[in-house]
Formats: sequence, structure tokens, C-alpha cells
Amino acid sequence: MIFDTTRIVRLCTAAAVLIMPFGLAFAQADPASRGNNPIYAELTKAPRKAVGRRNPLAADPEAVAAGGKLFALHCAECHGDMAEGGKKAPSLLAQEVQGATPGTLFWLLTNGVVRRGMPVWSKLPEPQRWQLVSYIKSLGPASPPGASADPMAHP
Amino acid sequence: MLDATQLQLNLFPFLPIFDRLIVRMLASALLAAALLAAPARAQESPYIVTYDHYLEEPGSLEVEYYSTFGTQRGDNDFHAYWSEFEYGMTAWWTTEVYLDGQTTFNDTTIFTGFRWENRFRLLQREHFINPVLYIEYEQTSGADKILKEVEGHDVESDYAIPNAIARQEHDHELETKLLLSRTFSGWNVAENTIATKNVTGGNPWEFGYAIGASRPLALKASAQRCSFCPENFIAGLEMYGGLGDRYSFGLHNTSHYLAPVVAWNLPSDWTLRLSPGFGLNDNSHRFLLRWGISREFSGFGAAISRLFGGRQ
Repeated sequence: MIFDTTRIVRLCTAAAVLIMPFGLAFAQADPASRGNNPIYAELTKAPRKAVGRRNPLAADPEAVAAGGKLFALHCAECHGDMAEGGKKAPSLLAQEVQGATPGTLFWLLTNGVVRRGMPVWSKLPEPQRWQLVSYIKSLGPASPPGASADPMAHP
Repeated sequence: MLDATQLQLNLFPFLPIFDRLIVRMLASALLAAALLAAPARAQESPYIVTYDHYLEEPGSLEVEYYSTFGTQRGDNDFHAYWSEFEYGMTAWWTTEVYLDGQTTFNDTTIFTGFRWENRFRLLQREHFINPVLYIEYEQTSGADKILKEVEGHDVESDYAIPNAIARQEHDHELETKLLLSRTFSGWNVAENTIATKNVTGGNPWEFGYAIGASRPLALKASAQRCSFCPENFIAGLEMYGGLGDRYSFGLHNTSHYLAPVVAWNLPSDWTLRLSPGFGLNDNSHRFLLRWGISREFSGFGAAISRLFGGRQ
């Protein structure tokens, strides 16, 4: 049997043409557009045991800085440089995230939301995931739209 | 009609003008998209043969080059190499194309075929053991020597055939694997069960295995950006070999290897891997030296989408 390179190229091209739209459609889909913040809804699914876990690095003075470095490397592409959210992933400054316990955020990082495009991050060692949680919690909630920086401006 | 094994390294001059145009357009699009996409440093595993359960991030493209130097008793040593283009279709599906080639010393350099691999994550969340289904189609010649997996009764003497003869054999293989993997306390442990069927010539199903364990040298990340921080290095060990075929399952007349592995994830977005492998029995090559270099481009899918006027 002999190779026919023309056939191979055409087959590969056809396969790429057939597959790429699916991939792009899946990969580029805006999770926020699918229902009401489904990623946030995942936070409510954390088991009670996970919700109650404490961050063992909460008192580590370097945890936030190290978490910030990890965030820039692994998370900023989808969640935005300032965690403000993007087309592919929601804001981490939202009340749903900032109000979640460290254990809940750790659980979500570990398990991902595979159906919604967020990969599992258990490949990062546990201490690095806790460093990420420290960083995310350090950001604090975003100011609501229209809120003034000066609390005395609207008594 | 053209025999692909005669292609040597230059594929394009043999293609008709229309196909050359398609190939060039695709290559230009890939290059442009890679330039538009942002490089991203991932925590890459050090394995070269074994797969863990982690898939490519959705929309990211990882471009990899690997090289295997192998000793050959009673014949010429060889240098086999392959390129991988790995794309994260979704968080549960990764697809990958391989292009293989090899140089046998005192013989020739030849293109030996391509592979198209798909990996599907079967469970949504992390569990005690995480299964991934692997399905691959291979169209390679008998001169392929990359040893990306060892299966059936693959033995060292199979690789002693001169390229001119070996490349006349053409294999169309369906390869399936069940990848089982778990990460705990910083350790990753992975086991792959391989079942392969050459769909030409009525060959039986052949079986193989690969197992691996690895761990970063440090579990906590340092606060500073650094090249030589211990968390950038992941070291481990992998072992792989054949398990015979449907009619003669077992270790008889099979080859096996043990290989330390190390990966260095550089802050400059590159990953380097090195793995000296040692044959464990008389059927195995005595020594395999593998190394690889890879770079991941996040947002590749979005860049492609923008190139073709997709949604911003």
C-alpha cells in the first residue's frame, strides 16, 4: 500500500475544517452568556467538608504575592489581569466569589467546572492552590457601579 | 500518486499547486495565530511516554518537539524525532497531531508518518482516580522509531531493518488507551493501559502499558519570578513496555524500559524535558536518550477566530 500525499493533505485539511469550528465554538463560548453566572452557581455545590476547610497559608506573609504570580501565569488569560473577568471567565471580584469561604474556592480550583470550560487545577500542588486562594481573597469585592469612593458623599 | 516515505524532509515540492496553497495558508494562519496568541506558562508534567489526566487548557495550543536517540545492537544507532501540535478543544477534550521522522546513522533521514490523537476526560470532577479515554489514528511506515509507546512484541531487532526496506511497510493503526491518574500530596501517579490494532493485514490487538510517578521539587511557589526556583522543576520516573498480543498475552518476547524524567518549566514560557531510558531486558534497546522542548500559546483559538473575523 502506498501513501498518497495529496489525499493525506486533503484529509487533514478536511478534518481540521470539520473540527476547528467545534473547538472554537466550545473554547470561545462566553460562560456568562449561558444562564445566570453558572460558574458562580458551582460554588454552591461545594461539599460541606470542603467549605469548612481553612487556608493553611492564611498567615503566610508571602502567600498573597506568590498567589499573584500564579494568578498571572495561570488565570489572568481568562479572568483578566485584575480578575475583573473576561469573555471566557467571570469576574473574581464578584460578591459570590469574595463572599465564598477559602475552602469553597480551593474546592472549585481543584475540581474546575469542566462543562463550562474551566479546567481542573489539581495539577498545581495544594500549597500553590492555597496561595491562589489567598491572592483572590486579598482582592476584595469590586465596588458596585455608581458607588463613590468617598463614603461621606452619600450619607 | 506518491510514496510518502520518499518525501525525505521536504514535503512541499511534491504537492500539486492547489494543495501547496492550502498548506501555506494553513501554515501562515497557524504562525500568525501563534504570534497573536499570548504565551502561557503551564505546569507541564515531565512524562514523555506516560499520560496523566490533565488536558490542554481550552483554546490553548501547545507546540512541542521531541527527540529520541537510541542505541541499536548489531546495527546503526538512530535519532528519531517528532513534532506535536496539541490544542485544547474544551476542558474535557484535547486533540493533537504528530509528525514523525528519523535519521538512522549511516543510512537515511526519512519522514515516517503522522498521528492524530484525541483525549477525552470522562468525569467532570476530580476523584480518587481520574480516567481519560485516549483514541489515536496512526499512519506510519515500518521505519518509525520514535518509540512513543511500546506495545505487543516490539523488540530491539525490529529496528535493525534498513530504512529502504522498513519504509515499504505501511501501518494504519487504531490505538486506544485508558489513562488513569491521581495527584495527591504533590505526587502524580499515572497508569496507561494500551490496546492497538493495525487495521491493515488482519493483525491481532496488541497490548502495552506505561506507568509514571512525579513530583515538583517544591510545592509552594516563591513570590519572585525566577528560573531556578525548585517549584519550576518536576522530577519523576516512568516505566513502559509491551504485553504481547491477543494470542500471546504476557511478558514473553517483549521489551521494557525504565526512565527517570525531569521537566523544567521556565518563566519565559518554555518547558524543557529530559529523560535517559534504560532497557530492562535483552529485547530492549540498551539506552534511549529523550529530550523535548515545548511552548504553550494561550488564546490561540481566539486568535484564529479574530483572524477569520470571528466574534471579538
